[in-house]
Amino acid sequence: MNILDRYHAMEYGPAPEARNEADAWLAGRDFGKALFIGGDWKAASGGKTFDTSEPSSGKLLAKVSDANAVDIDAAVAAATKALPKWAASTGYQRAKVLYAIGRAMQRHQRLFAVLESIDNGKPIRESRDIDVPLAIRHFIHHAGWAQALDRDFPGHKGVGVVGQIIPWNFPLLMLAWKIAPALAAGCTVVLKPAEFTPLTAILFAEICERAGVPKGVVNIVHGGPEAGAAIVNHAGIQKIAFTGSSEVGKIIRKATAGSGKKLSLELGGKSAFIVFEDADLDSAVEGLVDGIWFNQGQVCCAGSRLLVQEGIADALIAKVKTRMSRLRVGSPLDKNTDIGPLVDATQLDRVKGLVAEGARQGAVCWQPDAALPASGYYHLPTLATGVSPANILAQEEVFGPVLATMTFRNTEEAIELANNTRYGLAASVWSENVNLALHVAPQLKAGVVWVNGTNMFDAACGFGGYRESGFGREGGREGMFEYLTAKLPLGAVIKPAVVSAQPVEQSDGDSIDRTAKLFIGGKQVRPDGNYSLAVATAKGKLAGEVGLGSRKDIRDAVSAARACKAWPEATAYNRSQVLYYLAENLSGRAGEFAVRLSELTGATPKAAREEVEQSIERLFLYAGLADKFEGRVHQPPARAVTLALHEPVGVVGIVAPDNSPLLGLISLVAPALAMGNTVVAVPSERHPLLATDLYQVIEYSDVPAGAINIVTGRTAELAGVLAKHDDVDGLWVFADAETCAKAEAESIGNLKRVWSGNGRSLDWASDEAAGDVFLRRAIEVKNVWVPYGD
Amino acid sequence: MSSTIREADLGTKVTPLPARAAANTPVPVDHRIARNPGMKLDLGFMESVRSVNRSALERRVASLTKRRSIKADNQAAWLLRAVACMDLTTLNSNDTEERVRRLCAKAINPFRRDIVEGLGIAGETIRPAAVCVYHPFVATAVDAVRGTGIHVAAVSTAFPHGLAPLSTRLQEIEASVRDGADEIDVVIPRGLVFGAKWRELYNEIVSMRAACGDAHLKVILGTGDLATLRNVMLASMVAMMAGADFIKTSTGKESVNATLPVGLAMVRAIRAYFEETGYLIGFKPAGGISTAKASLDWLVLMKEELGRPWLEPELFRFGASSLLTDIERQLEHHLTGHYSANHRHAMA
Repeated sequence: MNILDRYHAMEYGPAPEARNEADAWLAGRDFGKALFIGGDWKAASGGKTFDTSEPSSGKLLAKVSDANAVDIDAAVAAATKALPKWAASTGYQRAKVLYAIGRAMQRHQRLFAVLESIDNGKPIRESRDIDVPLAIRHFIHHAGWAQALDRDFPGHKGVGVVGQIIPWNFPLLMLAWKIAPALAAGCTVVLKPAEFTPLTAILFAEICERAGVPKGVVNIVHGGPEAGAAIVNHAGIQKIAFTGSSEVGKIIRKATAGSGKKLSLELGGKSAFIVFEDADLDSAVEGLVDGIWFNQGQVCCAGSRLLVQEGIADALIAKVKTRMSRLRVGSPLDKNTDIGPLVDATQLDRVKGLVAEGARQGAVCWQPDAALPASGYYHLPTLATGVSPANILAQEEVFGPVLATMTFRNTEEAIELANNTRYGLAASVWSENVNLALHVAPQLKAGVVWVNGTNMFDAACGFGGYRESGFGREGGREGMFEYLTAKLPLGAVIKPAVVSAQPVEQSDGDSIDRTAKLFIGGKQVRPDGNYSLAVATAKGKLAGEVGLGSRKDIRDAVSAARACKAWPEATAYNRSQVLYYLAENLSGRAGEFAVRLSELTGATPKAAREEVEQSIERLFLYAGLADKFEGRVHQPPARAVTLALHEPVGVVGIVAPDNSPLLGLISLVAPALAMGNTVVAVPSERHPLLATDLYQVIEYSDVPAGAINIVTGRTAELAGVLAKHDDVDGLWVFADAETCAKAEAESIGNLKRVWSGNGRSLDWASDEAAGDVFLRRAIEVKNVWVPYGD
Repeated sequence: MSSTIREADLGTKVTPLPARAAANTPVPVDHRIARNPGMKLDLGFMESVRSVNRSALERRVASLTKRRSIKADNQAAWLLRAVACMDLTTLNSNDTEERVRRLCAKAINPFRRDIVEGLGIAGETIRPAAVCVYHPFVATAVDAVRGTGIHVAAVSTAFPHGLAPLSTRLQEIEASVRDGADEIDVVIPRGLVFGAKWRELYNEIVSMRAACGDAHLKVILGTGDLATLRNVMLASMVAMMAGADFIKTSTGKESVNATLPVGLAMVRAIRAYFEETGYLIGFKPAGGISTAKASLDWLVLMKEELGRPWLEPELFRFGASSLLTDIERQLEHHLTGHYSANHRHAMA
């Protein structure tokens, strides 16, 4: 083709990115010694390797050391050895290391990008302009956090040795999201990249060597499920950070139950992309390109469900199809490629299978008329219309370039459809009406909401999910907390409740018989089973009887808590006043509560009085903090504000301890309420009468019905029911170790956020048993990106 | 002089044209573009296009120029295309007839012989589509380019501000047409946009179109003055409804010249108008486009947002003065591998 032909054709033609440097790098490495442990390059102890190949051709790139449990042991040992010195280093020292990593990555930016595209198949435009610059930004941003640790996180210290498992869709970026905050917090790291994409992590390890990262601080091991399991189960690791599928996330949650390991999970999604009729439709179409056709749709927060208002649906769909026909599918190393191959043949098969099944279930699947390259795992961008909410394409994460489209009639329905999913990672809202956008954003169950944008990321802004998209945040201030632990005043080991002989002798013969009930939906109700549990005084006499709550009572209580909209939707000032009023009313009956405490626990009258006073003080504290534990405004390097909103977790189950039965209960319930959660409380099994006395106070304190529900009964049983209830969003358990472990293990139905004392109680009387640590458990941080400019 | 408003009789006479081609498949371009007859001022249609999200447009153009890369022979071909879509312009207060003759000579013969031969393009005439001058030089230019097929464009209507009485501005158009200009670049009074005086703006442009007769009408919005992309979008729609053949960004005299976000808003306006009426409207970014690289960005914008038909001089023009020299240097580099210098290429 001569130049005149080209002049008439006006085609782009190929624009290949040079790969010679990357090929030279590949040729110059011994990938059989790819485990970076304690600063040395090691072969896998089992001598095994796995293949990593090029998605655009299927060709083998390298045979990489395949770590087994012995290698993981060695890596954890190296990390453990390096920990004391690293944790004790100054923030400035760690900041210098993070800065050096960031700058060294910058100097090898192009090599990282080319390697990433070769190994993963993502278009070079993306690795060059998005993945690698964001990864670098993450390290440089977190250098600052290392130095700001004492200032911004007083009372916190690094969690210790962390195990990190990352996926193949953003190999280097996910590595950065994991390693940067860990190093800033003074943790040492054992990181396992995905088998499909080990290469940039190996280059990163070389950067660590050159950037002066102390030996053993960063350990990078390669391997498959065996290596992953060895990390998850390793006793020498204090925290697991995982990004990947919800399926594996649940396995990890279960495996770490009772281990005391801190856990953050960033899992799958089925994110809604909502287009209102007053949106800039052309821009919304570009948003979809950046949303679902970014990285071939292999993005956990991909806007895979297009929800479009009925009146503009036809116009938008027509625009989407036109735009899709301009997407260029081709070699990842061509600068003109919009869509590269999927990462692996298995992934391609999965996507094809889901599309076929979606079509069988009635979706109309449309693809542009474009040729696919002869080799490689390519899939055409696909638009599915006529998708019902029940269709597999609306329900399941496809992790491919497939957009499922549904229409809605009004704002309410848009929100309902958007939230009609087990996931809750991200959402996009398109409207030129900021009133509408900011009305909708808080109502979406998603950790990230982009207004008139999509897939915007920054190191200063938190990222992470609601619901089964996982928990914990990455990036920003909220992300740092995942690698820090706060000092809490530990209390006694909690022993399992023993069912002792029922006391029979009445302790006080004069008063009129009182029937303590359960408190559900603002009403005193008898337990569904109509059995009672005798409550003993400290001296073993019968203090009274409470209802023996069962799973049905928990069910009713959770329903009541879910139905209560008045509390989460109340203003913080309003909640504050109700909590003050509760304190006021408790104060009015302080003497009576002190007598009850004394009688039940054997505390001296003075100590009992002290616990009541402290309980009132704590209610006062959280009443006051209700409108002060606020979100932040992040400032990403873009013309946008990112509102890090503090939203209530939702329905929170609280299993309260026996020690300090009033103060312990209030120390847990009050912060949950202050942040707008509704609560199902299981009070101390031994001393439940304090809680049943308390509901009388609640009844005349203007607390909306359902905001607090109290179910008395057997702690272990009720905790288990709460753990298995999939409409409970959070569960705080201060009970014996076995109950705590079980609650964590059984939380996987909906991945509710479990906070357990791991068999230890707290010293509730301590000032440290109150404050931000508790409030943070009571909220989800939602990052709402609001770009602006007119 | 005629300033009849043609709302009623032209609103429905639209001829649907074939849908645009996908970016990857070239189709033969019909050079005989059906001329936009305009339509009645439709405020409801304007309302439907007023949502223009600046930050989203900025993100789009930022990634657009990174998503496409044109290399080697294709790059040479695309740069030749930029020349073919050029209004070679001189709009200076010190212009003279001799200066204009020089500009025309450059337009007629833009490339050094060795470059033409090296690129193998001797078999085809590739040169700027038009020269663009002030009214006093129209006759000179017409004379200089006679027989070449190069159009002569005149900037009229009290360029660059548009603030003379309408009658004066219309007379200026008629005078330029009389002198032989077959393209008229008019400016709008920006105040009409700020005041949302859409009907007044519409009526003025309708009059200008009438004054043009067979000469093609390019409407300059002065986007650097319009403050918002929404204003750019709305002013574009009014201009097209009033019968503009082209919409054009800038005079080159505003403090902000043609920018890609503004261009994106305008080409989307063109697309909306096409989808509504079936007429293809041309686009002319002008001012500040002086590098070969920048010209490629604009060509990519046209191809991606509007498609292949908008890469022809009938539908796309650069208003430029120094761009040609930079393109010549790039073409020389393409042939020789040597970076070139301005003085190696004939000046305009």
